Amino acid sequence: MTWVLANLGLIWARTLDHVVLSLPPIVLCFVIAVPLGWLARRYAVSRGIILTGAGLLYAIPSLPLFFVLPAVIGTGLRSPLNVIIALTLYGVALMVRVVSDGLESVDGDVRQSATAVGYSGWSRFWQVELPLSGPVLLAGMRVVAVSTVSLVTVGAVIGVQSLGSLFTDGFQRGIQAEILAGLVATVVLALAFDGALVLLGRLLMPWTRRDAPTRVAAPIEVSAA
Amino acid sequence: MIEFRSVSKRFPDGTLAVEDFSLVLPSHQTTVLVGSSGSGKTTLLRMINRMVDPSSGSVEIDGEDIATLPPVKLRRGIGYVMQNSGLLPHRTVVDNVATVPLLRGTPKSQARQDALTLLDTVGLDRSLADRYPSQLSGGQQQRVGVARGLAVNPNILLMDEPFGAVDPIVRAELQQELVRLQKELDKTVVFVTHDIEEAFLLGDQIVILREGGRIAQVGSPADLLAHPADDFVASFVGADRGRRALHVERHGDEDVVVDSDGRLAGVLDSARRAGMAADPEAAR
Ligand SMILES: Nc1ncnc2c1ncn2[C@@H]1O[C@H](COP(=O)(O)OP(=O)(O)OP(=O)(O)O)[C@@H](O)[C@H]1O
Ligand SMILES: [Mg+2]
Repeated sequence: MTWVLANLGLIWARTLDHVVLSLPPIVLCFVIAVPLGWLARRYAVSRGIILTGAGLLYAIPSLPLFFVLPAVIGTGLRSPLNVIIALTLYGVALMVRVVSDGLESVDGDVRQSATAVGYSGWSRFWQVELPLSGPVLLAGMRVVAVSTVSLVTVGAVIGVQSLGSLFTDGFQRGIQAEILAGLVATVVLALAFDGALVLLGRLLMPWTRRDAPTRVAAPIEVSAA
Repeated sequence: MIEFRSVSKRFPDGTLAVEDFSLVLPSHQTTVLVGSSGSGKTTLLRMINRMVDPSSGSVEIDGEDIATLPPVKLRRGIGYVMQNSGLLPHRTVVDNVATVPLLRGTPKSQARQDALTLLDTVGLDRSLADRYPSQLSGGQQQRVGVARGLAVNPNILLMDEPFGAVDPIVRAELQQELVRLQKELDKTVVFVTHDIEEAFLLGDQIVILREGGRIAQVGSPADLLAHPADDFVASFVGADRGRRALHVERHGDEDVVVDSDGRLAGVLDSARRAGMAADPEAAR
């Protein structure tokens, strides 16, 4: 505890590093996965290629990827970019399937009727199919967010600073409180991201809320009178 | 006027849903397509807004071959109401009704105002405007569906079993409402059902379909009842089973009308009964 109190500044700084490393992959993977997921659902050929590719990508262990990436894309070994790109790839690998499943989950009648009233393919995708896949996408993004926050710590091994640096440093110097602080802070950060996503979902998808005004309102008034 | 000219439709999997179908659907009238499941009703209806394109033959609206029109634009000018309303679950009632005007570029406040007026038209309370479709009863959803179909003030309204999924009482209510609306609005309505009673109630022109969209008979309700073309039509309209061959029976001091199976069809209108007494033969 004394270590924590004495090093609050350090913990805060690493937390900020961690956020800076986590946010871009989470946002980027969504932006990239949406068109890929659409493509995967659209054509049988692209479906096979994209979904198999995504599955393989997800199977690559993270630590080797952090080492291999710099060689492939020419970044420095300790560049935060490696972590960001690697985690974006993982996010995409997971979200592509989620997006494709989410689009698939949209009720066929609703899709038909959207077409019937005159949505073009493009506007139907953005205004009907994507929003209606929202709950499925949100579930996927929550997994991505939590796993990204957790995987960012691995970057500490190759020297990219984050809350994971508290583990590596704590191990090297034998400070248990530092290891513990890193662990707790990582979990708290993951929960914060998760909570933020849930809030965002409620904000963007009001129709899924349970507390939306219900249609039993009238009968209840009658019985109360 | 909508005209089908020798239209056939074979789906990619080889199903011949409609074969050599020709028909004129007069403007400002309700044409009802009626037939059993799989007879091609929906396929025919969807050829009018190019949701389905014919494999051969053509569909014309006011003399113009619709194959030459861009589908999206065509659809935005034609009302479409389907079973289970097909409302967008993520849009409120008022936004659902305003969907097509917004797609056509009507300013938002105007579209919303018009949508509220349309809720009045279809007999829905404005207090429902900000609910989501899942918060409405089936009958209310269908009314919203009808309001949405009317939102661009289309000349043509396509309705695919719009009242198929609601209970009989609400269905009767919605049917009456549609009869009233049609008197007011005077659209060219194409209505699909497999309920012959509904067809008789709503249709000016009724098309009885067999498998493959083949026409068994076209005519007014009276035509079909009085002169069914064949046994198929006769059985479809119920003439053969005597369901519609009614006669009067005395029941206490009231006259009741029964069908040939002896099932009660109704009572005689007392105002009419005076006339009947003078000419008892007329009731037979
Ligand atoms: N997209 C499609 N692909 C292949 N076959 C189809 C397709 N749509 C319809 N069919 C077939 O075409 C025939 C006519 O179908 P349609 O939906 O027009 O019938 P319907 O009269 O509307 O029936 P229902 O009363 O059950 O709605 C059926 O045999 C159906 O299986
Ligand atoms: Mg049908």
